[in-house]
This record gives sequence, C-alpha cells and structure tokens, in this order.
Amino acid sequence: MTSPPVSGTNTASEPPVDQTALALYVLGLGDDALILAQRLGEWITRAPQIEEDIALGNIALDLLGQARTLLSYAGDIEGGGRDEDDLAFLRDEREFHNVQLVEIGNGDFAVTMARQLIFSAYQYELYSALLTSTDQTLSALAAKAVKEVDYHRDHAAQWVLRLGDGTPESHDRMQAGLDRVWPYVEEIFDSTDVVTALPGIAAEPAALRPVWAGYVENVIAEATLTLPTPKWRSRGGRTGYHSENLGHLLPEMQNLHRSHPGATW
Amino acid sequence: MTITVDQLRPAGGPLPLTVEQLRDIAGSVPDPEIPVLTLHDLGILRGVQITADGTVDVTLTPTYTGCPATAVIAADVETALLAAGVDRMKVRTVLSPAWTTDWMSTEGHRKLREYGIAPPGACQPPSNGPRPIGLRLSARCPRCGSSRTKEISRFGSTPCKSLWSCLACAEPFDSFKAI
Repeated sequence: MTSPPVSGTNTASEPPVDQTALALYVLGLGDDALILAQRLGEWITRAPQIEEDIALGNIALDLLGQARTLLSYAGDIEGGGRDEDDLAFLRDEREFHNVQLVEIGNGDFAVTMARQLIFSAYQYELYSALLTSTDQTLSALAAKAVKEVDYHRDHAAQWVLRLGDGTPESHDRMQAGLDRVWPYVEEIFDSTDVVTALPGIAAEPAALRPVWAGYVENVIAEATLTLPTPKWRSRGGRTGYHSENLGHLLPEMQNLHRSHPGATW
Repeated sequence: MTITVDQLRPAGGPLPLTVEQLRDIAGSVPDPEIPVLTLHDLGILRGVQITADGTVDVTLTPTYTGCPATAVIAADVETALLAAGVDRMKVRTVLSPAWTTDWMSTEGHRKLREYGIAPPGACQPPSNGPRPIGLRLSARCPRCGSSRTKEISRFGSTPCKSLWSCLACAEPFDSFKAI
C-alpha cells in the first residue's frame, strides 16, 4: 500500500501571513461552530421526536469537532499557549468572535430549522471556498467538513420544505421562524478587516452570498414560504459585540470547566 | 526513508518487526463502535513508518471531525503496538486527505452487511447549487436483501450511520452513510 501524502499542519508559508488576522479569522469560524453546537445540544431530550433528538445531537457533534480543530489551530497561531479548552471555556463574551445568528435562542423547532438552513447553507459555501485556501489546515478541515455540512444543509432543507408546505399551522410557524432569524443574515456576509488582510487564505463572505441565496431562496419558494424583509439587522459579532443571548449561553457552557479548572473526563 | 526495526535495536531488544508487520498490527485493531470492522477495513489507517530514530509513526484519519471514537482508536493502536513490543511510537491524527467511505474495503462491506449494517453506497461528489429535493438510491436491507426500504432519519446512533426501515421484512436497520 502506498501512503498518500498526509498533512494537516501549516509548516512554512512563503509570503508573510498576518498571524494576528489569521488567529482572529480562525477563531471566528471556530466560535460560530462552537456556539451553534452548544445551542443545538440544548435540544437533546427535548426534540419533537427521538430521531430528531439524535439528528440535532449529531449535527452538534460535527460542529463541535470542527470547532475543536479550529480553536486548537487558533491557539497554535496565537503562540500564547492557549489550547482549545482555554479558548472555549476561559474567554468572556466580548472575546467571542461568532456571528450573532448562532447565539440566538432556539425558539421553537421552526426557528431552529430556519437558523440551521441559513447557517448550514452558508457554511457549505464557506468550506467549499476554503478548499482552495492556501492555508493547509483550513483547506484540510474544509475538505472534511464540507461533506458533513452537506448533510446538515439537506436536513434543514427537508424540514423547511415539510413544515412550510405542510399544514396551515406548520406553514405559519415556519414563516415566523424565518422572520425571527432573518435580521441576522446580513451580518454573516459582512466583510471584515481580518478577511481583507488574508488574501488567498480567507473566504470573502460577500462572494459566498449569490450561491447561498440561490440555494436558500429556492428552498423557501419550494416550501411556499415568503422571503422575509426585516426592518433591522444585527452587526458586530465578529468584533465581539453580541446580543444578550450569548451572555446566557456562556455560563452554562463554561460552568464546569471554571468550577473545576483542568477537569478532564 | 523507511527502515526496519531489527536494523536499529540491539540483540535482546523488542521483537524485530517490519513496516508491513506493524501495519498489519495497527490495521487489525477493531473499531470501537463497530467491532467487526478493523481499521484496515475502514480505511482510516493512513500510514505506518519507522523514522530514523526508530520511532514508529502511525497516521490515522477521523471518519468525522467530531467522532468521539477517534481518541479511543488512537489509544487502541498504541496498546496493540505496545503489546507487540514497540516501545517508541507516535500516533497522529491527520485531516488531509479527507476520509471517504470509498476507502472502505470490499471485505469491510461484507462484514458490515453480515453484522446487520447496510454498507455505504458509492460516494457522490458534494452537491452543488439548488437542490431542495435530493434523489438517492435506497439502502438494501442487510437482513432480507430487499431494496424496498425507507430512510427514517439521516442521522443514526453514531455520526457515520443513518437509520432505515425495511418495508419487506419490517426490520429497522442502520446504514453506513456515504461520505
């Protein structure tokens, strides 16, 4: 058996890479995955049916796996000795760089599925773009994660279709779910200084939007739902400005680690 | 450069083992979740080498980024190598190239079917563009062989499996997801 080339670490990069920007970029992607994993985990034992309980747990687990890779990598780039646990459990609200979409409360099942459709469709385009990133760790993770996210996106799309094109009650609640989460869409596609500082490495969010919109709008139309036109939009998650939701999420996520520093399973 | 242990270790040291033998030892470690499959069957053992200082360097790739079995598998490989007399080793997990179910051996497919899990179909390239309703082949029931089956849930008891039900024999079964 001949071994294919194995890689997974970024050893040397020829043009100088802005390490501060790279750490922040990776942290932002890792925080998106981490916070949404925590939110989805809240559904466990509470989902409408056992299969869905397992499905949401599985999606959360995939996201947690991606978060672990990203946070570990961010810690390595920082070079300050922080590992994945330090970054997940010992940072406060203003130090998190996730978009606000992933921190909002689960709401009912329709809100969760609306959020999942938006996020998974975005993450699918993000990882597809990162396949050609010149950063080897990011491209290696993207190749792995894009296949996982394909399942997440499909799962959310199937539910949005079923609920939107279901009974009058499920239709109304699915529409309300979309209306609830849509103000958080714009922020995902905002460009940042961090992205601009990393040509060839980071994926420009605005460039992901047309394909994202094509997919999501098609699902929404097929589900007989209406594309929301929100009167306000969120902003600032990438620079540490969050809704009050994150402040409620963090204590629950971090409590054990902070009460028992260094605890391991 | 790949060299064998017996060229390095003094007489009376651990058993001299070739890279092929080491690969067999690591590759025959069973998967903790689906113990009928070995790491070789799964295709997650990516490489075994002996470095210049005599360290056995093993690379594994996870099935899913969040698969909790990854750490257990690495520990099981270390235990198996230790038992074979290897005293210096490094077991690493690498993400690239990304694992695909297409790497699963034919033997692995047969073992899965006999164990009651439908083996994965051929991998489709990741879908592109709008695709609200996907078209996919049904999984064949591992018990009665019928293809009249229904997917109950895209997500099953582990990240790598989905949940199905057979319409012919009415038995539920797991199917290994093509990824």
